Amino acid sequence: MNTKASTKINARAVIRESAVFLVLLVIIVMFSCLSPQFFKFSNFVTILRQVSILAIVSVGMTVVLISGGIDLSVGSIVSVVSVLTSMAAVNLGLPAGAAIITGLLIGMLMGLLNGTLITATGMPPMIGTLATQIAFRGLGFIVCDGASIYHLPESFKVFGQGYAGPIPVPVIIMAVVLLLSAFVLGKTYIGRHFYAVGSNAEAARLCGLDTKRIQILAYTVCGFLSAVGGIIMTSRVNSGQPKAGDGYEMDVLTACVVGGISINGGEGKVRHIIVGVLIIGVLSNGLTIVGVNEYWQQVAKGIILAAAVAFDSIQKKNKA
Amino acid sequence: MEQYILELKKITKKYPGVTALDQVSLGLKKGEVHALMGENGAGKSTMIKVISGAITPDEGEIVVEGEAYAHMTPALSKKLGIEVIYQEFNLLPNLSVAENMFMGERVGGKILADFGQMERRAAEVFERMKIDINPKTLVRDLSVAYMQMVEIAKSIVKNVKILIMDEPTAPLTSDEVDILLELVEKLKQDGVTIVYVSHRMDEIYRVADRLSVFRDGKWISTNLVEEISRHDLVCEMVGREITETYPERRKCKGETILEVRNLTGKGAKNISFDLKKGEILGLAGLVGAGRTETARMIFGADPIESGSIFMKGKEITIKSPRDAVKNGICLVPEDRKQHGVILSLSIRDNITLPIVKAISKLGIVDRKREDGILEQQKDDLRIKTPSFSQKAGNLSGGNQQKVVLSKWLASDAQVLIFDEPTRGIDVGAKQEIYFLMNRLVEAGKAIIMISSEMEELIGMSDRIIVLYEGEQKGEIEKEQFSQELIMERASNIVR
Repeated sequence: MNTKASTKINARAVIRESAVFLVLLVIIVMFSCLSPQFFKFSNFVTILRQVSILAIVSVGMTVVLISGGIDLSVGSIVSVVSVLTSMAAVNLGLPAGAAIITGLLIGMLMGLLNGTLITATGMPPMIGTLATQIAFRGLGFIVCDGASIYHLPESFKVFGQGYAGPIPVPVIIMAVVLLLSAFVLGKTYIGRHFYAVGSNAEAARLCGLDTKRIQILAYTVCGFLSAVGGIIMTSRVNSGQPKAGDGYEMDVLTACVVGGISINGGEGKVRHIIVGVLIIGVLSNGLTIVGVNEYWQQVAKGIILAAAVAFDSIQKKNKA
Repeated sequence: MEQYILELKKITKKYPGVTALDQVSLGLKKGEVHALMGENGAGKSTMIKVISGAITPDEGEIVVEGEAYAHMTPALSKKLGIEVIYQEFNLLPNLSVAENMFMGERVGGKILADFGQMERRAAEVFERMKIDINPKTLVRDLSVAYMQMVEIAKSIVKNVKILIMDEPTAPLTSDEVDILLELVEKLKQDGVTIVYVSHRMDEIYRVADRLSVFRDGKWISTNLVEEISRHDLVCEMVGREITETYPERRKCKGETILEVRNLTGKGAKNISFDLKKGEILGLAGLVGAGRTETARMIFGADPIESGSIFMKGKEITIKSPRDAVKNGICLVPEDRKQHGVILSLSIRDNITLPIVKAISKLGIVDRKREDGILEQQKDDLRIKTPSFSQKAGNLSGGNQQKVVLSKWLASDAQVLIFDEPTRGIDVGAKQEIYFLMNRLVEAGKAIIMISSEMEELIGMSDRIIVLYEGEQKGEIEKEQFSQELIMERASNIVR
């Protein structure tokens, strides 16, 4: 088979990926020159631990983006799960395992609600999940009366603060999620269905796919992974916080888009998430080490996001 | 020596893996209708894009009224009076006809737009065109034929000198085609040069002065229409002899497989018919007669209000395409690019999409089995592609249609509904699709075929049902087939 032609056709995607990878490399080299503290094994482990929650929730967002939607409620799901999981453990006295299962189920339920709302009414996903973002955030405050929940059981700490040898537990969870999602998206029929629905929902429906069910599944997966993120965050800060995930959806979207996942649906791979998340993570970590304050960090992230999207847009224009 | 209004000199355009245009030279004379012919992938669309400035050629130059350019840009070509009417319309559906016609032009004062003036000027153009369109109508409320008229009117407003029409009659019914061709004549008399791309020979011979044939990105010939016979023309296009247009098939009618009873829904009412194994049933009618609506209802794409469907004698409930596919009914939709293939996905993903779940074990796609299916489909249908990971959007129209077909052939469909299966497809690929349809019915499948091309319908069907404004106007057996009879029924003329 003539593979030469097909590789040429994919050249654009390759350039895009190499460019993002190059940016990551440049940032790493830059910080390594600027500070001796940066280029250390222990610091890289720290970066991985810092990005683990972002990466896990980004996988959820990616699944939704690939299937043609968007989920602005992930931050609120993180908050609600943080509060409810803590309350299950503290107020109800459930063992850590049971509390976590409760949290995961609640996350899935919220995702299910997102998906059902959007597919049943046909409303734009951005609006539907904006509505649930607001409502979920409110619910998070209502259930805990706006107060943080402390005194989590000791066994709960392991998910956010534990180590397996030199590797933090959140990093292991992140690795498992990334591997599993790469497998599902790349090798299973469910993955194919996600891409098909996101590329052209009507054509997919006319192929006999149950497009609504597929979309609902995507939101449910996203809710589940947001819950995983929420639980790790709760364990990390050792308390349930109704503000745990405030504004998190924007960080997640930034990571996805910088990595190269299309917000128009049907495109994106797990390796894109990894690169996107790492760029954001390395940037925050490096800038902090060098002593740049939080506000300038935000400016830097904004520029990176604009640059990534500009790059895509210009390439698309040149292709025509 | 005659002066050309536009001349292409040794234009070459290469895409990865394919040379779309290879040293093509062509001259257009002022005020002529110049037909471009060739199979899909012959390079016609690429050439149109070169002329309109949508793409930049790798080599060659374009001479417009004596001025030489290395390439066009969309703005430059418009300035020079070149307008293109593409198969996909370039209209804003939520704006009025008049607003669409004057899009990009400032009508009225510095701040306020003068809608009254727009409407008056639009009405004048329509009067000249002898077309009855209210300029205040929203474009989305127009039929396809009228949208096309608006496109043409739009170019007239812009003082078009060279009008390029890409398959203008593909979506039109025969009456509408007449109107369009008369309009082309009128434009020609006004001195407009027209480039006319079409697969329909009748039209070419009616309207064109000269025609140029392309094959595989190369210019083959340019002739005066009266100097080339249809037979020779087809041979030049395909580069091989085609003996007969509609291949014979052996008689193979079997038992009844599908029964439709009093099917009623949006756009069609009380449709009843039987379909036998090994049979091709034609659905005839004008645009809007309810053919596509009937097909979409049977396939579950649109809701059924009342009526019933029986498959092999058992009543089945069809609420979605999923139900239809499960029962072995499939649809090759009219709108190939929107509903048939998923352009941004690979050929692999497209072909196995309906069956990817079935060929998975524990959710994991069986790549070996998938490769086998793909190879078989590629060989069977002669899909031209370097690789299955090629995006469907990079294929020519004919090959895209083959992808749609192989999608259903790979699944176990018993009843296949073809909605305009050869629209916008070249002669060679059409033949292949006819042969394929024959092979399918010979293998005991049943086909319902919708086509606006009367010859095709008569040539391929065993039986034809005619629809008129959503109602069934009789069934015609093969022995009685005649264009006149079908047209009468389709126009509801009762003798």
